[in-house]
Amino acid sequence: MASIPVEHGLILAALLFALGLIGVLTRRNIVFVLMSLEVMLNASGLAFIVAASRWGHAEGQVMFLMILTLAAAEVAVGLGLIIQMYRRFHTVDINVLSQMKG
Amino acid sequence: MLDLIWLLPTFPLLGFLSLVLTSGNLPKKAVAVIGAGSIGMSFLVAAIIAAQFIASGDDYFVIEVWTWMSVGEFSPGFAFYLDGLSLVMMLIISGVGFLIHLYSTGFMLDDPSYSRFFSYMNLFVASMLMLVLADNLVLLYLGWEGVGLCSYLLIGFWYENPANGYAARKAFITTRVGDTSMAIGLFLLFTQLGTLNIQDMLHAAETQWPVGSGLAVAASLLLLGGAVGKSAQLPLQTWLPDAMAGPTPISALIHAATMVTAGVYLIARTHILFELAPNVQLLVAWIGLITLLMAGFTAMTQHDIKRILAYSTVSQIGYMFLGLGVGAYSASVFHLMTHAFFKALLFLGAGTVILSLHHEHDIFKMGGKRKQLPIAFASFLIGSLALAAFPFTSGYFSKDEILIGALEMDGPGIWLWAGGVLGAFFTGIYSFRLVFVVFFGESKAHHDEKEVAGFSMATPLIILMVLALFGGLISIPVDSVFNHGGEHEEHHISALMHGIMIVVPLLGIGVSYLFYMSKTFSIENLMSSSLAKSLHKFWFSGWGMDALYQFLFVNPFLFLARINKNDLIDSFYSGIVALTRTANGLVARAQTGQLRWYVMTVIGGVVLIVCLGVLL
Repeated sequence: MASIPVEHGLILAALLFALGLIGVLTRRNIVFVLMSLEVMLNASGLAFIVAASRWGHAEGQVMFLMILTLAAAEVAVGLGLIIQMYRRFHTVDINVLSQMKG
Repeated sequence: MLDLIWLLPTFPLLGFLSLVLTSGNLPKKAVAVIGAGSIGMSFLVAAIIAAQFIASGDDYFVIEVWTWMSVGEFSPGFAFYLDGLSLVMMLIISGVGFLIHLYSTGFMLDDPSYSRFFSYMNLFVASMLMLVLADNLVLLYLGWEGVGLCSYLLIGFWYENPANGYAARKAFITTRVGDTSMAIGLFLLFTQLGTLNIQDMLHAAETQWPVGSGLAVAASLLLLGGAVGKSAQLPLQTWLPDAMAGPTPISALIHAATMVTAGVYLIARTHILFELAPNVQLLVAWIGLITLLMAGFTAMTQHDIKRILAYSTVSQIGYMFLGLGVGAYSASVFHLMTHAFFKALLFLGAGTVILSLHHEHDIFKMGGKRKQLPIAFASFLIGSLALAAFPFTSGYFSKDEILIGALEMDGPGIWLWAGGVLGAFFTGIYSFRLVFVVFFGESKAHHDEKEVAGFSMATPLIILMVLALFGGLISIPVDSVFNHGGEHEEHHISALMHGIMIVVPLLGIGVSYLFYMSKTFSIENLMSSSLAKSLHKFWFSGWGMDALYQFLFVNPFLFLARINKNDLIDSFYSGIVALTRTANGLVARAQTGQLRWYVMTVIGGVVLIVCLGVLL
């Protein structure tokens, strides 16, 4: 079986991570920020998988399972917070919520 | 029963605590019962103890109630020492104290702070009893500071008036100068002799220090400093006349009968130390003499009824110091006792006058009050007779003994005697000037006021009148305290000297009569020359001592305080505070509240760290 070179996998992961990061930085809608965070998490998961298959170890896959669970939990909490935020401020724009400035 | 001597300060202390803890919520009747009753109980116990002690025939009695603290070799206890001297003192304090408390229950009746007044008074009596019964100098010092505190609190009792607060602070700070000197004296005694138990200390000093040794001189000088401050003698006498800002019973109890005589007690108690330093002892006599003359001059010029009495107190304590200085200790203590009687009588009489005339203090606005204020008149007449040492009143016997003591002394004794006799002349003048101006002549103002004298105010006055008249017949059991050597010379004073001592005060009274009663001589003529005017002004101001101290100490201190208003030393610390504030302001700008900036910072940091890790 022709294996995919490890560099490709890592570059893909890096690109995904960068896309996610740009999303977090530029988006104003908090739902999209949350989605971008998911992208970043999965990018790091991908990096783990690639590394695990390169070295033939199982830890990377275990790690990915953990990230998956973590992401699920994070989305649950995050969405809950977003609903609260919408109820309270009637907006999902994170720029409006800048009350905690020094 | 002697074991119960600790009850003496305990009763007033309990009275103080119960009055303080109820914080003025008790009805006035209950306050009066607690306030005066606790002192009455003390007096009762004191009387029983005195009777038993004298019956037992012992020279002294010691009981340690508990050990106060124990630090290495040093373990002062709450130990009480009873001998003739402390016996006399405790009877004066509890007895005269009780009479004054009884008087106060009537005098202060209209005051809203009735309970506060009695709580301070009780604390005072407790401290004072502690002072005179203390077996060691630490306990004595506790009482010493306690009475100082109460004096401060009571001078400033009517604190709404800022002038009273000023007088209170003045008294406190001035006596503090003396107290500091005394504390240093205690340190010196402890480091040199290793004990602060009074009797052990005196014994050790006697065996270790030769007469006139430097240490004895230093120790007795330092103790003298404390005594001078407390007893308002030169150069720390300026506080006492201002202390008259307090209620009149306070002036009677604290600033005439008891606290101001604490210095006399201290010197009498440690007289062995002073005998080891004859020069210091002579200094005591001279201080007493100069103070009594200066205060005598000033008393003749005052027109505030209480200030006259205050200066006369300073002057009479001068006599006691004179007696201590010439070694006539028992005469001094005797004079202390008779002075407590007649000066308490005079002050309480003055209280009646002041209260009856709606807080009038100026004697020249009174006049002809003898029918209007009969009890006050009787008090003043008897009190002034005793004060002026009219023959066979109490003051006559005690002052006579002091002057005889001075005469018996070799060297400067005759000068001290002459000064003392001159002082007695002034005493006659100023005491009867007061009587003639207030109670004789024409009524100048306050024609219709009635005398305020209920049972509680009249009874103490009558008892004190009897004591002031016949107190001179009491013999005080202090011989065993002062005659440790056993040698006692017989008095061999010529009849001429005796005659002089009797006649001179009468002359003073006569002069006063000619000026203020029969108006044979007129004050206006005397005061017409400019020299007399400036002398009068000088004496009236208390020999300019207040102005001198204002110039020497108060103004430089205020000057320094003004320079240092912004606190030079503190500026370093406030600099640190300012620096932190500025840094905080800078950093706080980074906190924008914008989530994306935080993310950027985190990312930037991570990138930086990774780059550093890769490069290095």
